[in-house]
Amino acid sequence: MKKLNLILLFALGAILMVSCSDPKGGADSFKKPGGALSSNAAERVYVAPGEYDEFYCFMSGGFSGQLSVYGLPSGRLLKVIPVFSVDAEKAYGFNEETKPMLETSFGFVPWDDSHHPELSQTDGTTDGRWVFINGNNTPRIARINLSTFETAEIIEIPNSGGNHSSPFTTENTEYVVAGTRFAVPYPQKDMAINEYEGNFKGALTYVSVNPEDGDMEVAFQILMPGFDYDLAHSGKGKSHGWTFFTTYNTEESHSLLEIGASQNDKDFIAAVNWKKAEEYMAAGNFKEIPANYVNNEYSDETHTATTKRNKTVKVLDPADCPGLVYFIPTPKSPHGVDVDPTGEYIVGNGKLSADMSIHSFTKMLNAIDNKLYDGEAYGIPILKYDEVLAGIVKDPGLGPLHTEFDAFGNAYTTFFISSEVVKWKVGTWEILDRIPTYYSVGHLVIPGGDSKNPDGKYLVAMNKITKDRYLPTGPEMDHSAQLYDITGDKMELLLDFPTIGEPHYAQAIPASRVVPNNVKFFKLADNNHPYKVTNENETRMEREGNTVHVYMTTIRSHFSPDNLQGIKVGDVVYFHVTNLEQDWDVPHGFAVMGALNSELLIMPGQTETLRWEPKIEGVFPFYCTDFCSALHQEMQGYIRVSAKGSNTEMKWSLNE
Amino acid sequence: MSSKSRITMIAGAILLFGVFLFPIWRITLFAPQYPSGLSMDIWVDKITDENAMKNINILNHYVGMKMIEPDSIPELTYFPIVIYVLIGLGLLAAVIDRKKVYLSFVVLMILLGILGVYDFYLWEYDYGHDLSEMAPIKVPGQAYQPPLLGGKWLLNFYATSYPHWGSLFFALPMLFGSLAFFMKKSAAKK
Repeated sequence: MKKLNLILLFALGAILMVSCSDPKGGADSFKKPGGALSSNAAERVYVAPGEYDEFYCFMSGGFSGQLSVYGLPSGRLLKVIPVFSVDAEKAYGFNEETKPMLETSFGFVPWDDSHHPELSQTDGTTDGRWVFINGNNTPRIARINLSTFETAEIIEIPNSGGNHSSPFTTENTEYVVAGTRFAVPYPQKDMAINEYEGNFKGALTYVSVNPEDGDMEVAFQILMPGFDYDLAHSGKGKSHGWTFFTTYNTEESHSLLEIGASQNDKDFIAAVNWKKAEEYMAAGNFKEIPANYVNNEYSDETHTATTKRNKTVKVLDPADCPGLVYFIPTPKSPHGVDVDPTGEYIVGNGKLSADMSIHSFTKMLNAIDNKLYDGEAYGIPILKYDEVLAGIVKDPGLGPLHTEFDAFGNAYTTFFISSEVVKWKVGTWEILDRIPTYYSVGHLVIPGGDSKNPDGKYLVAMNKITKDRYLPTGPEMDHSAQLYDITGDKMELLLDFPTIGEPHYAQAIPASRVVPNNVKFFKLADNNHPYKVTNENETRMEREGNTVHVYMTTIRSHFSPDNLQGIKVGDVVYFHVTNLEQDWDVPHGFAVMGALNSELLIMPGQTETLRWEPKIEGVFPFYCTDFCSALHQEMQGYIRVSAKGSNTEMKWSLNE
Repeated sequence: MSSKSRITMIAGAILLFGVFLFPIWRITLFAPQYPSGLSMDIWVDKITDENAMKNINILNHYVGMKMIEPDSIPELTYFPIVIYVLIGLGLLAAVIDRKKVYLSFVVLMILLGILGVYDFYLWEYDYGHDLSEMAPIKVPGQAYQPPLLGGKWLLNFYATSYPHWGSLFFALPMLFGSLAFFMKKSAAKK
């Protein structure tokens, strides 16, 4: 007994020793004194059960191709909206209705790399109508409807190599832009890669947005030299009418770019006067050239997407359009380009530079008026660096990438290499505060932080490296994000949470601008789907050759019909399932054995179609996948599949 | 004095049109899944809203209650006629302008009001007790009759039943009719 006590005592001692030598103790010494540990951080991010977050935060999914929706300040995941990648859960890209959404000039593309969400704006303020996001790999822009939180439209960008500097709206959502990250032959053709220099081109595309319904159209393209167009932001207030695109690889290197594209002391910010472009377009100063790109639109009336194919694009050549584009020299491969809320300052985040150069819009106009040029590149005037420069933030950190603003004249810049956010004063360029991120921050977001009216309060840093921040999950870790309070003089770390895919950029908006427009269910009376039924009496089967259309309904807690026969091996069966429910949050699922695609998840009032090709004879069950009611488990049915050429009568029934 | 009683009675008769503008009664079901409640409004000629009724029907079928189908409720067709007749009678009473006629109008309305509430009770009783033998959920001894007035637990639902604005427009003509009666009575005393 005594021996046992001794062992216990020893064990207790060991536990105490282990807890004292916390392996993270060393890392903690890098943390600033105070911060989350000594403050009431938990209280400030706590959203009580049943209460709502103050902000919606839309984070790009990066290589997931989707858009995730978080609540701030809680960091709770609210939804993942499928945009550029198929999603079997929601049948996005699997059901017949949404397949056209992922159609491109290359055919059906089930994936993309989505980078930059951008909220629609009215008078420079986020308005909560739509959020746009770019597809980088197969160049596209998507528009997500914020009343349904569903992808409403995707437009392909012609003659582009990779849509990175996109979508970045103008202040009344006149346009979203699409600058190519990779220069390509224009138009595309077979040619030697080492003949890149001078022959490859970069297109900057302006996509117009219909103010009524959001409908996107390629308005015009500007044919630019073969640089890499990295990021963009449009002007606001006094600089409304201009867009600024950063460039790298002005060296026009085509191989080993990490060295080749890092040689020039300065690359450019391309300042595009899009109001001027509109004048040139109106004057007919464009060329209409062959192109091949699609425009996919989803209708909430037919619950179906359609693809429109476009065969030409209107192009402006800066050489023929004086005053359309100017180059502002900016040190060392600038990444983000960010315009402060007044529209005066254009921040070039020179990612390989020791300092940050901030340009003045007023000085830029003056330099243009007085032709203060430092030569030209491919016919585009290069403005004198010193004549445009407003100021320099000295020794801010290493690897500046992106800047956002608050409403009090402060700027917040992320530093990838030194893994921190630095707060500095716009105008005096003095550094006010710095705080570490975990680890290697890319973009940051402040609600309204790239608009004329920042909503401030919080800053979210989105990091590229996670390492030891959370319980380990094997070699692959979700990316990490940190939430900081920016209401005080000093930034304060409040919360750390994992994110989906790789959030590049994000945008956040007060929930009060979004919630009032929320759609709770689709009205059955407004359903114009060609295969809809409005009640169980209309449910039926129809055969056309070897194609069978099943008009089916769901309501708690049964399918109508739930017994089907007369289907034969080799048939192509389309289940058109209408959810007759008219209440919030009562979707029904439809899953059938042997389906090679996905389930259906049908919202109230909606019709969705699953294609099914039975390969063998038998009787196959189908069932509801979304726990809909007390009798959900009973929501099931059978499909009899007979041999090819059999005489089994086509019959459908419920409760016979 | 006689013109005053006439005007009062005419006003009362016209106020009766108000029963067409508002529901007479509201039954609401509350449950954890329905935090803001499912409200069914009973009008003199219809039941709204359709979605609430649809959802109540979906829930009711679990315990074997009949579907609430406005088309199968004859009262919704003939009640409006009764109201029009009452308006006509009210106006007629104003033309005749006699104490006893006013009293008769008020008594008639009170009787019809009581009959209406009794009819409502019978419907509630029928829906709450006539349950299908095939009901998925059967609770021995449990009936699902909503309260006539006030609140009551029905399994997981808390049901409330209260008059709505339409009832006020049924009550006001009685008040105005009574006023007309008393005006006439006091005029006669003088």
